[in-house]
Amino acid sequence: MSGTFLGMPSLPVFGIGNLHEHEPFPKAARRELGNPQLRANLGHATRTIRDKRLAVVSELPDWEELREAGRAIKESVMTRLPELLEEFEANFTARGGTIHWARDAGEANSIVAALIRDQGATEVVKVKSMATQEIGLNEYLEEQGIAAYETDLAELIVQLDHDKPSHILVPAIHKNRSQVRDIFLREMEGVDPELTNEPARLAAAARAHLRRKFLSAKVAVSGANFALADSGTLAVVESEGNGRMCLTLPETLITVMGVEKLLPGWEDLEVFMQLLPRSSTGERMNPYTSLWTGVTPDDGPQNVHLVLLDNGRSAALADEMGRSALHCIRCSACMNVCPVYERTGGHAYGSTYPGPIGAILSPLLTGITAEENNSLPYASSLCGACYDACPVKINIPDILVHLRGEDVDSKRGKNRRKRAMPSQMDVGMKAASWALSSGKNLGLVEKALPLGRLAAGPDRKITKLPGIAAGWTQSRDIPAPPGQSFRQWWNKEHRAARPDAAPAAGTDAAGTDAPGPGSAGTEENP
Amino acid sequence: MRIALFATCIVDAMYPATARATVSILERLGHEVIFPAGQACCGQMHVNSGYLKEALPVVANHVKAFEDDEYDVAVAPSGSCVASVKHQHLMVARRCGDAGLEARAAAVGAKTYELSQLLVDVLGVTDAAAQLGSYFPHRITYHPSCHGMRLLRLGDRQLDLLRSVGGIELAELPEADQCCGFGGTFSMKNADVSSAMLADKTANICGTGADLCAGGDASCLMHIGGGLSRQGTGVTTMHFAEILASTLENPAAVSGDVRLTTGRTAR
Repeated sequence: MSGTFLGMPSLPVFGIGNLHEHEPFPKAARRELGNPQLRANLGHATRTIRDKRLAVVSELPDWEELREAGRAIKESVMTRLPELLEEFEANFTARGGTIHWARDAGEANSIVAALIRDQGATEVVKVKSMATQEIGLNEYLEEQGIAAYETDLAELIVQLDHDKPSHILVPAIHKNRSQVRDIFLREMEGVDPELTNEPARLAAAARAHLRRKFLSAKVAVSGANFALADSGTLAVVESEGNGRMCLTLPETLITVMGVEKLLPGWEDLEVFMQLLPRSSTGERMNPYTSLWTGVTPDDGPQNVHLVLLDNGRSAALADEMGRSALHCIRCSACMNVCPVYERTGGHAYGSTYPGPIGAILSPLLTGITAEENNSLPYASSLCGACYDACPVKINIPDILVHLRGEDVDSKRGKNRRKRAMPSQMDVGMKAASWALSSGKNLGLVEKALPLGRLAAGPDRKITKLPGIAAGWTQSRDIPAPPGQSFRQWWNKEHRAARPDAAPAAGTDAAGTDAPGPGSAGTEENP
Repeated sequence: MRIALFATCIVDAMYPATARATVSILERLGHEVIFPAGQACCGQMHVNSGYLKEALPVVANHVKAFEDDEYDVAVAPSGSCVASVKHQHLMVARRCGDAGLEARAAAVGAKTYELSQLLVDVLGVTDAAAQLGSYFPHRITYHPSCHGMRLLRLGDRQLDLLRSVGGIELAELPEADQCCGFGGTFSMKNADVSSAMLADKTANICGTGADLCAGGDASCLMHIGGGLSRQGTGVTTMHFAEILASTLENPAAVSGDVRLTTGRTAR
């Protein structure tokens, strides 16, 4: 953003809340990599979900067409978001619901807290929701003296342990069942002290605990997976049924939803109901899909509210290269296939949104110039597994590269203003740009290959390099360079055997070496 | 056919045997190979590290080098560099507002092939032993690099070519489709995660009991080979072009000094 204050609020509004790294990714990753329990749990869990997903996806002959349809629908929604939002608002309001618009996390939190206070409530039950994680709603409500109880089993585990989710679908993926039993024994009121780590007994303990909350809560807070503009309908897709308890039992239902969740209508939902369960849990269909349209007299919640959240989404939408990150339906397929996520887990990303999608979505929402988020776009080897798995075909690798470009350019500007020294990477890239932008220059550099050979010494490998290159030699050797480059060989030996061929740039074509054997391609270097 | 070789910078400077093998294979099939003199690099390292401004002259140089000469198709022994030529060059030109370069880059990209693509799809090579005389009496495993697999959709082209080499024994690599952890500057910027990915890859390679791991990208092979060397495994890496170029009379040396092997594979 501009360093000059012009007396006007700067636009667009960037997202605030739980969208930031707490420390640079490489540092956080290093710590998480040192946790063998985490590595084992993550490796097992992501592999299991990965295989399940592959099995149910391969059953569908039209999977690629479905992905393309999902992508196209989302793209069209983004191009006419304002009119669809107004259409949704009109229909939702006509059916007895109330719409609230929140520019950022702070506004959303205070709207929700005020609505809860209006009901005289001091506790709420919650449906698993990424949007409320993003805005830090639970923490805000706690400050306001309101207790928020997570009812999704995994969210409950994380909440009871005063921890943070590490995966958007399975927030407690980093904990095994013995750890879960210990958390329940320590934190759950009235729990059976003889509780074992059997999944059925753990689920029963959670059920007993949650049942009390469902029956007493006057207010529920949820997110939404989809919103249908043509009817004003909201949808929540879940596995446990605890979400449906929240959506139907309390008198008041408050939903917080990012503006990008909108779909034009019911026939679009059909596409996403095929894409989402298969991509997220690896199921053909999820057990519970709840849809509600405004208020139905004497049936279900009688006060129905929706907080439409921007929190940086307009800013992301303004980024032509990055805007398709808003197509995300939070299925988590990208993190389950990501080799980086599999090894570091979600906490290393800091933000509510971890994994490949988080590495693009978080900086897009906060702005890449937010320094605390500028290591995220580098948290990828660009292997492309995420793009292949994404049910709405978000080209995550390309957006990562785009954001890296934005980061480098933004640092360039900052360095110039501060008259700071360029980084080692800047200097290296500049030098490499010179060397690699002509055959002649590269040929000149290659004349130094024998020096590298000398540096490698008698064991013919380089095992320690300084500066940023030390990252390479921490786990890998570099081979001694060859005695001559291909270019040199081509001119001295291969071309010499074929006098009509042109010389390669950057070599002494009229070298004095005797012509070599010519076409044999596999002989080793002298 | 007149074929322009794009050696790629890493092969040119560090693994010349791979480019020589590529020349050897193509000439054996009766084609003429030319080496456009101005070539240097595809610019992928700059692009993937976010240095788009610095990438532009590298990209412009490649386009110029490969439109100066007359040839039928261009070929590179690298899935990653070919993917860069075909996809990234257009993006770099577009982003730098050079529509002319974008169109020229598209023309160069359209006639550029990865080696196995050219061999299988264009030149009709299905049996390396019969058509190229390929002979390589070693137990090997094979790692498909990500960009060839996912950006170029090479499928089993490289593996099928290797399977048809005389005397070869192919051991299946578990979790072959998992990235080796190279990722260009990722290997230095996120060295810990990269090393953790590498450790799993090298463990899988060693578990196959193979003498060496073949692949189609010199950079990934340098990363994997560097790890295998550091761990003192005695297992090495080799580009599939060198295995295809190897014959009974002129066998590829698996223990050359750029191979980083301790000699276990030398026969």
